[in-house]
Amino acid sequence: MVLVVAWIVAGVARVVDADTIRHYLFNRLILDGLRTTLVVAVLAQLIGIVLGVVLAVMRLSKNPVTSTTAWGYIWFFRGTPVLVQLLFWFAAVPLAFKTFSLGIPFTHVTFYEKPMVTFMTSFVAALLGLGLNEGAYMAEIVRAGILSVDEGQVEAAHALGMTPGLTMRRIVLPQAMRVIIPPTGNEFISMLKTTSLASVVLLGELLREAQNVYTANFKNLELLIVASFWYLVLTTIASIGQYYLERRFARGSARELPETPVQRIRRNLSLWTRARVEP
Amino acid sequence: MTDVAASPQPMVLAEGVHKSFGRNEVLKGIDLVVQPGQVMVVIGPSGSGKSTFLRCINHLEKIDAGRIRVDGILVGYREAGDKIYELREREVAERRAQIGMVFQRFNLFPHMTALENVVEAPVQVKGMARPKAMGLGRDLLEKVGLGDKFRAYPSQLSGGQQQRVAIARALAMDPKLMLFDEPTSALDPELVGDVLDVMKDLARAGMTMVVVTHEMGFAREVGDELVFMDGGVVVEHGPPREVLASPRHERTKAFLSKVL
Repeated sequence: MVLVVAWIVAGVARVVDADTIRHYLFNRLILDGLRTTLVVAVLAQLIGIVLGVVLAVMRLSKNPVTSTTAWGYIWFFRGTPVLVQLLFWFAAVPLAFKTFSLGIPFTHVTFYEKPMVTFMTSFVAALLGLGLNEGAYMAEIVRAGILSVDEGQVEAAHALGMTPGLTMRRIVLPQAMRVIIPPTGNEFISMLKTTSLASVVLLGELLREAQNVYTANFKNLELLIVASFWYLVLTTIASIGQYYLERRFARGSARELPETPVQRIRRNLSLWTRARVEP
Repeated sequence: MTDVAASPQPMVLAEGVHKSFGRNEVLKGIDLVVQPGQVMVVIGPSGSGKSTFLRCINHLEKIDAGRIRVDGILVGYREAGDKIYELREREVAERRAQIGMVFQRFNLFPHMTALENVVEAPVQVKGMARPKAMGLGRDLLEKVGLGDKFRAYPSQLSGGQQQRVAIARALAMDPKLMLFDEPTSALDPELVGDVLDVMKDLARAGMTMVVVTHEMGFAREVGDELVFMDGGVVVEHGPPREVLASPRHERTKAFLSKVL
């Protein structure tokens, strides 16, 4: 196994032009793409989280109209490919609807009006496509989190005179967080990579910028390695963030929080230096 | 037994309360009166409906027929003619805020410290200023003997300590009635005493209490009225010493012979 990996790595290393990689790693275009990827991923994930909480609460509502609406949303957005949804917003909506306007329905009051093609930029289409899709997945994660909270918590809150809304906000959701955060971290890591699909709606994110460069210089392999490097950097940072978030929300459930890797290294180092000084 | 007519407003007045879970009828017409300042202890075998009745008082359970009035008002319903309609959740919440409840399994909020547990409802429900609520919370935790545990999370407390925090949490809303649902049943035997002591202090301070329990010693010592329930009905009730010493009903005798 190790041999096979070594053989492949050696093979790749022989054909790769290391100077090209070094040259493009911090190239302006690539770094712009990196920034766009990060911005779109964060915003789309935020849209997904907010939407997910709303949909999850709707889904658990006693009102059948509310819960069925949420169910239908999740059914549709989870059941169709996100690539199709991206194309739908970018390529189909501007053809079908000429203008975008915000106003009060069935009246002539409008606050905002623009031709659809100027409103539905690559950026907006990417946010809608990725965010609305993510909302459906987050809804299921949040719902599982809410259901994981002991029924006795709701009863205790109600017995204290808390309304259902207040109970959800102050008692249930904070406890559901412990169950919600690990899969949400996974979702975000996945989102960082899924933004590459937005290259089909001409969004200048990391992959598209890399493609733009290699269609000009034919250094396909090197530029894909550059893009992969940055994706790995993003996902690694996200994993570390996830670790600390999980720790924060474990508060109250564990008697004592386990040490962080940083704390462990520091403790080992201090043991080591003390051991060297003392004798 | 206190004379109902002599007292203008009973704290709890239950009349013909019926309750079913599906086809299983758990309350088959309960009539009970608790006067202000009284401690009513409810005993009975498991499945007798005693916990369900308690939960109906603050409308954690709906009732199918009858009326339960707390200080003269229906907690979960409004009356129109001889029919009752369930209130909106917001209105129920407002009325529940005046009734404290302590659960068998404590149900403390695990993501909050002891003090935050106590402060939560006064701040969020009553809109009390946080510093004032903190002062109240500290006083109450000291009163239940946990003056050194303000910053402890529930998972760092023993069962007995958790239950005392739960009592302080309920008292923080300044309730006019306290409901206890088997408050010591989930505790290790050596921790029961601390919780009962807090409850006895509360009773002596004049709090109106309805206590579902198996602690006959508590019933004898501070109970004004002992109610024995079985099969969804009140089989027998009266002053605790009398009922415990000379039960009139066969079922009461059988039950007491098992638990005493």
